Amino acid sequence: MKEYKLALSDEILMQVEKPARYIGNEVNSIVKTGDEKVKIRYAMCFPDVYEIGMSHLGMKILYDMLNRWEDVWCERVFSPWVDLDKIMREKNIPLFGLESQDPIKNFDFLGITIQYEMCYTNILQVLDLAGIPLRAKNRTWDDPIVMGGGPCTYNPEPIADFFDIFYIGEGETRHREILDLYLECKEQGLSREEFLRKAACIPGMYVPMFYQVEYHEDGTIKEFGPIYEELPKKIKKEMVLDVSNTYYPLKPVVPFIKVTQDRVVLEIQRGCIRGCRFCQAGQLYRPVREREVDVLKKYALEMLKNTGYEEISLSSLSSSDYSQLEELINFLIEEGKEKHTNISLPSLRIDAFSLDVMSKVQDVRKSSLTFAPEAGSQRLRNVINKGISEEQIIQGSSLAFQGGWSRVKLYFMLGLPTETEEDIRGIAQLCNKVAATFFDVVPKEERKNGPVQIVASTSFFIPKPFTPFQWAPMNTKEEFIEKAYLTRSAVMEQINQKRIKYNWHEADTSVIEGVLARGDRKLNNVIESLYQKGCIYDSWSEYFKNDLWLETLAEHGLTTEFYNTRQRSFEEILPWDFLDCGVTKEFLMREWKQAVGEVESPNCRQKCLGCGAARYGVGVCKEPKTGGQS
Amino acid sequence: MRIRIKFSKHGAVKFIGHLDIMRFFQKAIRRAQIDVAYSGGFSPHQIMSFAAPLGVGLCSNGEYLDIEVNSHQGREDMMSRLNEAMVEGIKIENIVALSDNAGNAMASVAAASYLVEWKLKAEKPQGLKESCHSFFAQKEIFVTKETKKSTMSVDLKPGIYAFEEKEEGIYLLVDASSSGNIKPALLLEAFFAYLNLPFNPNSIQITREDTFTRDKKGSLIPLDQAGENF
Ligand code: SF4
Repeated sequence: MKEYKLALSDEILMQVEKPARYIGNEVNSIVKTGDEKVKIRYAMCFPDVYEIGMSHLGMKILYDMLNRWEDVWCERVFSPWVDLDKIMREKNIPLFGLESQDPIKNFDFLGITIQYEMCYTNILQVLDLAGIPLRAKNRTWDDPIVMGGGPCTYNPEPIADFFDIFYIGEGETRHREILDLYLECKEQGLSREEFLRKAACIPGMYVPMFYQVEYHEDGTIKEFGPIYEELPKKIKKEMVLDVSNTYYPLKPVVPFIKVTQDRVVLEIQRGCIRGCRFCQAGQLYRPVREREVDVLKKYALEMLKNTGYEEISLSSLSSSDYSQLEELINFLIEEGKEKHTNISLPSLRIDAFSLDVMSKVQDVRKSSLTFAPEAGSQRLRNVINKGISEEQIIQGSSLAFQGGWSRVKLYFMLGLPTETEEDIRGIAQLCNKVAATFFDVVPKEERKNGPVQIVASTSFFIPKPFTPFQWAPMNTKEEFIEKAYLTRSAVMEQINQKRIKYNWHEADTSVIEGVLARGDRKLNNVIESLYQKGCIYDSWSEYFKNDLWLETLAEHGLTTEFYNTRQRSFEEILPWDFLDCGVTKEFLMREWKQAVGEVESPNCRQKCLGCGAARYGVGVCKEPKTGGQS
Repeated sequence: MRIRIKFSKHGAVKFIGHLDIMRFFQKAIRRAQIDVAYSGGFSPHQIMSFAAPLGVGLCSNGEYLDIEVNSHQGREDMMSRLNEAMVEGIKIENIVALSDNAGNAMASVAAASYLVEWKLKAEKPQGLKESCHSFFAQKEIFVTKETKKSTMSVDLKPGIYAFEEKEEGIYLLVDASSSGNIKPALLLEAFFAYLNLPFNPNSIQITREDTFTRDKKGSLIPLDQAGENF
C-alpha cells in the first residue's frame, strides 16, 4: 500500500459526498513541501463549496501570483460541504489547506475572497473550523492574518469585526508589500497589532479595528474615522494599471470533478464602459482597461495546452465592447477547428456579428438567445441607463429567428427606482412582441424546431453601494411578491402567452442580501449570532433560514426597514463613505438626478462623464471620444 | 491506429470516481499532445473506451483504456508524454498497439484480480489460509444483491475463479464482465459472514491487480497482452 497524506481518514472520505473536494492533488496544483525557501504560508479561501470556488477567476490569479514568489506557498481552502462540516465538528478536525493538508491555523495568512453577501456565515464557518477566533481583536500571532478581498469589501462594515485587514481593490498590486512588511515585523519581534498598524498605512488596506464609528440616535452614522493620526481617513481602491503586463494564471489548477466554470477562462478586459445605474461592478472596476489581443491569443493557446480543456470562455462585464473582439473570436474559432476546442461565448449583444459567431460555435437548434433589457419600458430603461431599445431587441430577435434560433431568454429586474405598474406590464408586452416577431418572420413551413419559446426571468432589485441607486429605497418582500404576481398575470394576458414561460427569483434572500449590502457594523453581532444558531450556506436556498434571520435581526433591535426601505438622504454618512472606489460621490449624485429625470447618459467611449476614475490615468479615459448618445 | 493504455492508481486519487478519471484522461491526452482521433458530428469527442470501472476507494495496478491516434512518434515517446501529464498516484504502466479486429477495452473485460490487505497488519485474521480454502470449496455462495427496485439472492460461486491467502492478505480472481461483474466488497462481506466475523470495509484496502480478457483458447490474459509492442 502506498503512503499518502490526507487530513481526512479513508473512513470519512468514503462517507462524504464527492471526496475529491478535499484531497487536492489536482493537475497544476502547487506543492512546495520541504521547500526551505518558503517563509510564508498563505491560504486562499473561497467561502463556498469547492465547485463554486474553483470556478472563480480572481482566486486563480492570486494563487498563481503568490506561488510564483519563491518565499510563498499559497494553498486553497473552501467551505466543507454540510456533510463534512458536521463530521469535522463532531471529531474536532481542523480545517486544512488542500495542497499540504495542513491545518489552516498554522498558516501566516488566510485570504478570503468575498464575492456575495450571502456567504458571510460561511466566512465564520471557515474561521471556526480552522480554530481561529472569530473576532479579529481576540487573535494573537498564533493565528493567521485574516484578509478579505473582493466586491463585498466595498462595504465591509457588516463583517468588519471578523477581519484583520480588508484589501480594497485588485489583489495584484499590494500583496508583495504586505508580505514583506509581515516578514519584517516578525523578524523585529513586533506585536501583531504593530504589524497591523503599519499595514493600515499601505494604500488600499483597511484595518477595521483601527476605525471607530459613532451613531445618531436614529441609527445612522454620526462619525466615522481612524483612531490613530497616521491612518488615512479615506482608503482608495487599488487597481492594476497595465492589464496586459501583469500576472495571469497560465497553468490554472484543473479540478478532477466537474465544477461550475469547467473551462479555460480568458479575462479580456476589466471594467465596463456602460454605467448601468443599478450595476455595482460597472462602477467599481472603472475605468475599462483592455488586454492586448496578441497577449490574449498567446494566453489562450498556452492555457489550453497546460490544462487540456476542450473549452474556452471569454470573461468580462460586457464582451461586446472589447474593441478587438472580432479578431480574437475569429482566431479562437480557427484554432478550435484544428484542435477540437469549443468556445463558449459570454452573453454578447445580439447583432449580425454575434449571430454569425454563435452559429459557428454552437448548435443553433439547441442554443438560446439572451437579452437583458432589465426593465420592461423604455422610460424605465432610461432611468437605469440600460442602453438597449425595444427596436434593438426586436431587430436582433428577428435576425436570429431567420437564422434558425427559436429560444429566447429575457432578464428583467423588479423593484427598480421609480417603477410603475406600466413598466411591469411592459415586461409582458415586450415578451409578447418578441414572440410575435417570430411568427411574423418565420413562415410556418420553416418552423422545424417548433414554435418560439420565451423564458422571462425577473430578479429583485437590490440597491448596492457605489451606485447611483445607493440612496434608493428597496422594495419590501410583499411589494416584490405583488410585483411578481402582476408580471405573471400580465404575461397571461398576452396573445402569445402560451409561448412565454415566466420565472422569478425568491424574495426572502433578496431582502437579507439588501440588508447586508448596505449594512453597517451593527450587523456583525447579528451574523455571529446566526452562525452560532447553525446558519451556513445561506446562498443555497435549501439552507437559507429566513425566519431565523428576521428573528435575529429583531433580537438585536434592528429592522429591515432601516437598511432597505427608507430613502437615504445625500447628507447621510453612509457606512462605506470612507472608501474611495474611484468614482466620486458627486458623480453618483449627478447620475441619480439623471435617473430620476429619465435621462440616459452616454458611455465612456462616447463621452466622458467625469466620474473620477480618470485620475488613474489609464484605459478608456485616455481614448478619444466619439460623441453622441448610446 | 488503436492504442491500449495500462495505468495504475494509488494513494489519494483512489477517491476519484470512474467518470472523473475518464474526464481526467481526456484532458491528459490533450496536455500530452497526443494526436488523438475524434468522432464526427456537431460535438466531436475523443474516441475512447475504458475497461471495467473501478469503485471509489479502490487502488489499482491494472486499469485500461483504449484510444485511437492519427499519428505518433513511437511507444517510448507516447509513454513519457503521457506520464508527464499525469498527477501523483496515476502512472502509465504500459502501452500497446491493438489490431483492428481486437475488441475494445470495455467489451473485452472477462475478469479482474484483486488483492485485499489489512490497513493494520495486526487486524488480519488468523488461519486465513484454511478459511479461504473452505469458503472457496463451497458449492454455492449466495449473497443478497440490493438494487433500487428489489433485493435478490444470487450465487456468486460460478464467477469466482480464485480465492486464496497471500502473504499480504487475500487474492481473488473474479468475473468482471459487464454481465457478471462481482464487486470484491460484496464477496468479502459474504466471506466474513461465513467466518462469523464483523466486516469493516474501512479496515481493508482493496487493490485491483489486473484486468483480464480471454484469448482465442479461452484462457485469461491481462488486457495488454491482447495487443503488441510498437
Ligand atoms: S473618467 Fe470618464 S471615461 Fe473614465 S471611466 Fe469615468 S466616465 Fe468613463
